[in-house]
Amino acid sequence: MCDQTFLAIVFGPCDKCSKEKPLRAIYIKSEQLNYCSLCVEMMATEGLHENETLASLKSEAESLKGRLEEERAKLHDVELHQVAERVEALGQFVMKTRRTLKGHGNKVLCMDWCKDKRRIVSSSQDGKVIVWDSFTTNKEHAVTMPCTWVMACAYAPSGCAIACGGLDNKCSVYPLTFDKNENMAAKKKSVAMHTNYLSACSFTNSDMQILTASGDGTCALWDVESGQLLQSFHGHGADVLCLDLAPSETGNTFVSGGCDKKAMVWDMRSGQCIQSFETHESDINSVRYYPSGDAFASGSDDATCRLYDLRADREVAIYSKESIIFGASSVDFSLSGRLLFGGYNDYTINVWDVLKGSRVSILFGHENRVSTLRVSPDGTAFCSGSWDHTLRIWA
Amino acid sequence: MENPIVREISLKMTSKTTSTTNNIAQARRTVQQLRIEASIERIKVSKASADLMCYCEEHARKDPLLMGIPASENPFKDKKTCIIL
Repeated sequence: MCDQTFLAIVFGPCDKCSKEKPLRAIYIKSEQLNYCSLCVEMMATEGLHENETLASLKSEAESLKGRLEEERAKLHDVELHQVAERVEALGQFVMKTRRTLKGHGNKVLCMDWCKDKRRIVSSSQDGKVIVWDSFTTNKEHAVTMPCTWVMACAYAPSGCAIACGGLDNKCSVYPLTFDKNENMAAKKKSVAMHTNYLSACSFTNSDMQILTASGDGTCALWDVESGQLLQSFHGHGADVLCLDLAPSETGNTFVSGGCDKKAMVWDMRSGQCIQSFETHESDINSVRYYPSGDAFASGSDDATCRLYDLRADREVAIYSKESIIFGASSVDFSLSGRLLFGGYNDYTINVWDVLKGSRVSILFGHENRVSTLRVSPDGTAFCSGSWDHTLRIWA
Repeated sequence: MENPIVREISLKMTSKTTSTTNNIAQARRTVQQLRIEASIERIKVSKASADLMCYCEEHARKDPLLMGIPASENPFKDKKTCIIL
């Protein structure tokens, strides 16, 4: 099934001492070097200041963490919902299923809208990736991946290609063609390579670069044309499950969430983690930026969704209810950021008032857990995909 | 000809310090990361909340899911049937 193997140099001349020894690959400033295990140890202890032992570093880490908490707490003068008391309450919402997209043979795992606000790409457990016209519910393209559990799919900004991946540990780009004689699978291009499953992928502002998140604990930025790794992001302590790019006006950052309960904000150019938030009590399944780019929401297996403000550097709201005990698998904001839609594992979709922190609506319809949810680019509707094999468009 | 004493010392280093040097490297990275995070500039929650509210209010009118748009403008909502007079 896997048609590519990693070229790993396991025995040979060490890049540092030139001795012939068993080698380990290490990364210095994103460059891969092969050092023998002795040189790796020497490197790790190099530059160690006097008295800098493990214990002293650990205690410094603890004191820094304490200082971080103090700094954050100093600015915590009021709660978001208190400030939002003077905002008008929202009226009743009537949102219904307007379209049901049927055609997948198994659980729908991921979906994405095209910028034309009409087309949708969705992927499922049976390895099929389908492009739909949401107005007419027609299927425009379908491709079968060589692996099952296609957990990630994305539409290119131009609308001319889609990217998808999953248990094959790769992200592949398929150009979309309307030529009936052409086989879509023939033009497939493998772009990303991870050492574990692909959990999320997204094109950046152009068709030329893709950002991926993987079960191997890293995120990576790739050039589509050459398949080259442009930048990698290390820092999560466990599988990374989701990512979202900042809205283009606010710059080159993205947020990722993982099984280590942390949400981390990264600088795409340097590969550096700028901020990290660890208040969830379980895996973070979904992260989404607020439309202004100053905040982001996350949905987690601990049955809560939370809002983190980037400039205040802390969590500012929790969206939870005692009656909600199932995890949130997917979240997205409405166009103005006032509403937060959350798809949950109890088959429902909860609609939250972002500012006041209260639930405004609960939508029923799916017959199994909601696995993915995205609002359309112009905000007229949102689409949810579920383990019941269907996608629903709500408006 | 390699000095056997030198080799002995290097072997000891490898076996004794493998786990601890890995931990030291990791601890140093953690400390460096925390230093970066502790030094960023922050604003008060009241200001951040006010800005979020401002953004919501400014864009509320253009939010179809929030305001609701007439069926004729929403491609997903079914149009009312036409009556021939």
